[in-house]
Amino acid sequence: MKALVWHGKEDIRCDTVTDPEIQDPRDAIIKVTSCAICGSDLHLFHNFIPGMLPGDIMGHETMGEVVEVGSGVDGKLKKGDRIVVPFTIICGECEQCKRGNFSVCETTNRKRHLADKVFGHATAGLFGYTHLTGGYPGGQAEYLRVPYADATHIKVPAGIPDEQLLFLSDIFPTGWQAAAQCDIEPTDTVAIWGCGPVGQMAIRSAILLGANQVIAIDCLPERLSMAEAGGATTINFETESVLERLQELTDGKGPEKCIDCVGMESHVMASLPDTLLDRAKQMVMAESDRPHVLREMIYVCRPGGIISVPGVYSGLSDMLPMGAFMNKGLTMRTGQTHVNRWTDDLLRRIEDGEIDPSFVITHTVPLEQGPEMYQVFRDKRDSCVKVVLKP
Amino acid sequence: MFHFSNIVRTKGDPKIVEGGPSLKQPVDQLARALGWFSIGLGVVELFAPRRVTETLGMEGHETLVRSFGIREIMAGIMTLSVEKNAGLWARVGGDGLDAAALLSGLTADNPKKGNIALALLMVGGIAMLDYRAAQDTKPRRPPRDARRKLYPNRSGFPKGIESVRSAARQIAHAGHNEVKQGDARRVP
Ligand SMILES: NC(=O)c1ccc[n+]([C@@H]2O[C@H](COP(=O)([O-])OP(=O)(O)OC[C@H]3O[C@@H](n4cnc5c(N)ncnc54)[C@H](O)[C@@H]3O)[C@@H](O)[C@H]2O)c1
Ligand SMILES: [Zn+2]
Ligand SMILES: [Zn+2]
Repeated sequence: MKALVWHGKEDIRCDTVTDPEIQDPRDAIIKVTSCAICGSDLHLFHNFIPGMLPGDIMGHETMGEVVEVGSGVDGKLKKGDRIVVPFTIICGECEQCKRGNFSVCETTNRKRHLADKVFGHATAGLFGYTHLTGGYPGGQAEYLRVPYADATHIKVPAGIPDEQLLFLSDIFPTGWQAAAQCDIEPTDTVAIWGCGPVGQMAIRSAILLGANQVIAIDCLPERLSMAEAGGATTINFETESVLERLQELTDGKGPEKCIDCVGMESHVMASLPDTLLDRAKQMVMAESDRPHVLREMIYVCRPGGIISVPGVYSGLSDMLPMGAFMNKGLTMRTGQTHVNRWTDDLLRRIEDGEIDPSFVITHTVPLEQGPEMYQVFRDKRDSCVKVVLKP
Repeated sequence: MFHFSNIVRTKGDPKIVEGGPSLKQPVDQLARALGWFSIGLGVVELFAPRRVTETLGMEGHETLVRSFGIREIMAGIMTLSVEKNAGLWARVGGDGLDAAALLSGLTADNPKKGNIALALLMVGGIAMLDYRAAQDTKPRRPPRDARRKLYPNRSGFPKGIESVRSAARQIAHAGHNEVKQGDARRVP
């Protein structure tokens, strides 16, 4: 089959690989009908997250049709079922899964000895996402083996196009969880850094959850226009001062809730000297992340507020203002998304026509053009916001 | 070529049968080579500055050579990173500094002026490569004033934002007196 394969920094190719096989009775194989490129894939494209090996298949936002099931799937799935595959692989049985903490499932990381060393405790297996999270082949391919398939799936009905359902795999629940863990109250201002696909979903989620005011921050006009369309007031951090504007918009008190939808690769700009220093340290491997947004959020957040971090960080971050964080009594919530905790509710909202996540798609191309689209999405060319690939 | 990556695959996982085209261009290879060259030269300048100054008949300038070594290493690391274009321009600037330093040593009484002339020639050649590579790896991000498609109609709410907002207000109103689980604050 064809698949997008990681060969090194900025080198993803559409290779021909052997088809996946059932390896365990709990496996299923799906024929992929749609998959997408995520901002997290860009961190891998840049080789900023350790633990990739040449030959790894990319992709963790995938849906398709079940074509084969193992003997242990127990009738939970059958041939012909249409499923969206959550990017977190879950067993459904361990203590964490039972609490709904799916992204820290204790069973599914098949390389847990690595992750135990690096993070203290292993987290769940993820598709197409480094050997620290199991090194599972990803779904930017024609076929995908879904391990623990009896639990790792979201069944979706016929009659709704792929485009509306695909993002249940990751960015929609990710934006939703980011907003949900802010405990939004009707008087709250929610400030959201980053208007990429995750930021866009977080904006819609904050509105659905009843925020009084949503403020979105980015520097790309096309993404800001999309944020505004979703109900946000926007700040362009290249032409305006984020701190001043946020103060203005909150009567000098700062937003109660802050969401980081940027992560470890914050924009490097001469006018933001900390980002230059971070970038230099990153190059000599003295720091793994560029936590500019975390610093900014801690500084502007209203005392007693909540900071929610769906943006991915990989290792060590320097110069976080812990004094402000502690003395202002802030709370930070973060994590890879517990996808299946939210998807029943979100699927219902899609079916009810409350939201249509396909608004974010700007490019749909055949899988073979995937490698070029990594570049287009990374360089923000052609007003690209979200790329869907069709195998 | 794929043997290594196929050997380390977990048993049963897909293996590469036939490689697809890479988007890497020859200029990316050139940038890589220049990056490693920069680091190599930098290490020599940093740790064996005497060798350099003696060869050039410029004894006494070891500190300058050391600082040039640090500069070479930094530019090399940058050239090997995602910001290779910035690294290559840094190298072009560095070539200028190298040439200036060499020219200052090109005095009539320097017995090694032959070596200096040779070094100048080399710097010139490499500067041309650096410049070519820097030109050809220009970042492809659109310039800030480029014309862009805007998306003012993509709200994502088929029923319109106002209907979502009022639904949210109703829910908030209905749940006003409920205390959230685990919420001991009991805010009115
Ligand atoms: N927690 C999870 O489970 C999860 C899931 C999916 C994605 N993510 C992460 O979410 C983040 C965003 O993903 P995406 O797909 O939207 O990526 P993206 O790269 O398309 O979007 C990032 C956006 O942030 C903007 N940005 C950069 N620096 C900024 C700054 N200083 N202030 C404000 N905005 C800034 C960029 O212009 C860009 O539009 C990534 O880190 C990704 O890895 C996490
Ligand atoms: Zn993702
Ligand atoms: Zn589990």
